[in-house]
Amino acid sequence: MRKKFPATMLAALAAVLLAWLPAPAESVSWTAIRDARIVPVNGPVIEKGTVLLRNGVIAAVGAQVDVPASAWVIDGTGLTVYPGLIDAMSTWGLPQTAAAAQTASARGGQQQPQQQPPQQQAQAQQPAQARSRGPLDRPGTFSWVKAADLVQPGDARLGQARNAGFTTAAAFPRQGIVAGHGAVINLGGKTAGEMVVAPDAGLYLALRPSGYTGFPSTPMGIMAYFRQLWLDAEHYRQALALYAADPVNIPRPPYDRALEGILGAKRVLLPAADPVQMERMLKLAADLKTPAVLYGVVRGYEMAERLKQSGTPVILNVRWPTRERDADPEQRESYRELRIRDLAPTSPAALAAAGVKFAVSSDGLETPRAVLRALKQSIDRGLKREDALRALTLSAAEIFGVADRLGSVERGKIANLVVADGDLFDEKTRIRMVFIDGVRYLPEPELPQTPPGPGGRGPTSGEGEEQ
Amino acid sequence: MRLLIPLLVLSAALFAADVTVIQNGTIHTVTKGTFKGSIVIRDGKIAEVGEKVMTPAGARVVDATGKHVIPGIIDAHTHIALDSINESSVSVSSMVSVEEMLNPESISIYRALAGGVTVCNSMHGSANAIGGQNVVFKMRWGADARGLVFDKAKPSIKMALGENPKRQGSPQGLQIPGLQSPQNLRYPGTRLGVEDVIRDAFTRARAYQREWKDYEARKARGEKALPPRRDLELEPLVEVLEGKRLVHAHCYRADEILMLLRVFDDFNIKGVTFQHVLEGYKVAREIAERGHGASTFSDWWSYKVEAYDAIPYNAAIMHRKGVLVSLNSDDAGGAELMRRLNTEAAKVMKYGGLSEDEALAMVTINPAKQLQIDQWVGSIEAGKDADLVIYDKHPLSIYAKVEKVFIDGRQYFDRDEDMSRRPKLEAEKEGLRRKLQDQQKQAMPQNRRPS
Repeated sequence: MRKKFPATMLAALAAVLLAWLPAPAESVSWTAIRDARIVPVNGPVIEKGTVLLRNGVIAAVGAQVDVPASAWVIDGTGLTVYPGLIDAMSTWGLPQTAAAAQTASARGGQQQPQQQPPQQQAQAQQPAQARSRGPLDRPGTFSWVKAADLVQPGDARLGQARNAGFTTAAAFPRQGIVAGHGAVINLGGKTAGEMVVAPDAGLYLALRPSGYTGFPSTPMGIMAYFRQLWLDAEHYRQALALYAADPVNIPRPPYDRALEGILGAKRVLLPAADPVQMERMLKLAADLKTPAVLYGVVRGYEMAERLKQSGTPVILNVRWPTRERDADPEQRESYRELRIRDLAPTSPAALAAAGVKFAVSSDGLETPRAVLRALKQSIDRGLKREDALRALTLSAAEIFGVADRLGSVERGKIANLVVADGDLFDEKTRIRMVFIDGVRYLPEPELPQTPPGPGGRGPTSGEGEEQ
Repeated sequence: MRLLIPLLVLSAALFAADVTVIQNGTIHTVTKGTFKGSIVIRDGKIAEVGEKVMTPAGARVVDATGKHVIPGIIDAHTHIALDSINESSVSVSSMVSVEEMLNPESISIYRALAGGVTVCNSMHGSANAIGGQNVVFKMRWGADARGLVFDKAKPSIKMALGENPKRQGSPQGLQIPGLQSPQNLRYPGTRLGVEDVIRDAFTRARAYQREWKDYEARKARGEKALPPRRDLELEPLVEVLEGKRLVHAHCYRADEILMLLRVFDDFNIKGVTFQHVLEGYKVAREIAERGHGASTFSDWWSYKVEAYDAIPYNAAIMHRKGVLVSLNSDDAGGAELMRRLNTEAAKVMKYGGLSEDEALAMVTINPAKQLQIDQWVGSIEAGKDADLVIYDKHPLSIYAKVEKVFIDGRQYFDRDEDMSRRPKLEAEKEGLRRKLQDQQKQAMPQNRRPS
């Protein structure tokens, strides 16, 4: 150590000098949050310390951090710094209607006689939709769609999400049954390209027939279709390999975008609300020979042991089941229904106790802030605060393979932070600011819930993406 | 040796712990007569049946004095406990399997159990000429889906003739939103078309089978070749052609049954069970000659046009002509008819004058043979699975109630226990309902939606 000291010193000196020199093209921007309580998630809480950001990356975290004189210093007294929150299954930043516009493509897969304009209204008035007559029609299949290609920096929901402390989302397209590839995106940035952190979060699969008519019309048919699709992709891969080895004698396999999209899937996201569906999906994933992440997991309190044993991570839907608002007062629910409603909020604690990796999603909740409120309910039922926080940050990053860059307040990670004036899960706590790629965002005035209006700041949206 | 003796004693004690003896009941073995006696159950199997048996020390004794014991009832045609039944979008849906959709939490399983049913064949629906794959399972209430499946049963597939598979082929037929346009009708629209779809599918299956054989031959010669595309629609049909998969064919009219017999002759398909088969009495000889079976209702018909020309003597006539006959429930929504298949069996004594054993056979050993599980279940014989039902009265009486049901030697249903559990469960449920109601009332103001 001692021997290296002069070299380090020199480097530091050089850095400081460089920082002081009138910067030519590339300037270094420093930001420091000083004297704040820091919850790094990957390590113990620092009661009073500094987080130093350099060009959008966390440069240093600790009780004692040397802050360059050029740094913009924010007084963190009375504030707590957390890693930016991650919505592990979201549609934030994606267009909300274009997705469902395309119909089942023509027989043979990819080539449609005429590319249908992906306009929202175009589909609604179409006469009769062509009926899918089998797996080769590739019904509801959009495996070539990438969320990363659809990102809209002007989405009004981004501001709302930041207000609640979210800096990142794993956003997934939602049309059809093979919806397309999700992307890990930051919820701020000037361009769509800037926002994308990872374009390959996984392939979103659904078990509800939608966006087409005909085959498959049941979850049973959809599962059979998935199996056929993956077999076809494997066959396609073999054909390509054979052709590559001998292009003279082997016929050239036609390019197939649907199958290309399947072969490119790092992982599949499969729905499983209860233990029965979980067993089905674990078997399906094994047959598809693709790692699975299960989403939904309403009855996680009964599924924890099996999930742990199978090593499957999950994305928990925290919209806890409630009695239907306009339910018939005479209606008597079954004991089973009542139990599910009572125990669903205990799922996170059960998953944490069993050691299952889990993240949470905003799916079905009215506002991003409701995610925190829902987790508070779970905290009241035995979930540790640190486990709740981990689900919202590092666990989500780990599930999508971006934990080297996101999920904790740690040197070298992307500077995505939430700064609050108290504990994140307390009702009275206010989010004071968030940082995304080192850029600070202050809370915006709350959007009226209906009708949607343009966001308060940032690029003007006004396209009315909200439904 | 000194060590061995305590070990032997210990193991004997352990074994005895897994022994149950049903004592002094009227035993209806179905295949080996009826007598007053006892049954020894060891390790889930029937170890001994007889008028006098040795009761091992430490065995659990179930007193059946004055009661009747029959083999567990087997229902050859149901649709219970399935989250999807009908992949009705295509005329050949052989790629789907209802086994994937088996829901072990379905209350129908428990209700069937309470009616003395221990095994059922839960099938794909009848919307397609060739339907999906079926599942045979035991009512092991509490097990997960895999734990329910009777994995020794031979796999099977559903087929259907007549109104259901042709319905989507005519504009007057089933209207599905978004599908009304004429080019979206599903072939076939006639009974002739149904035959064509079946013949076409098995012809394609033969070609597919050949394709794979050719590929294997080329591979064996060391040639480099791309394997054929695996086709999940045709693979189960190849299994049918190769005798590895049974067929259950939904049908009503005699002319169509004869048509299907010819199709099976042409493709050399054996061991088919005709389902419903309400006009089977007209073509019983033709069915019997080919060794096919029939699974029908006792006295249920006229629910659609093709089901009018039926008689309650159907089962008895087919049986007398040498057809292997079973009676089924066809239950889907809940286990309704399934809970009283014993009385369905009794009706063939009134309509057709069959014996008690012949009647009971139609809901036990006969369906077991049709599902090719008779080696393990369907009668009370040493060596078979201990799937047993204890009735308080003669099982063919309408006054008989199921008291206890055993599957693999384990008791899965006990009427007294069930009745005594109810008040406690009801109280728990009411308490939970109150608690949740209070919680929701408190949470209301926060959750209010914009109007």
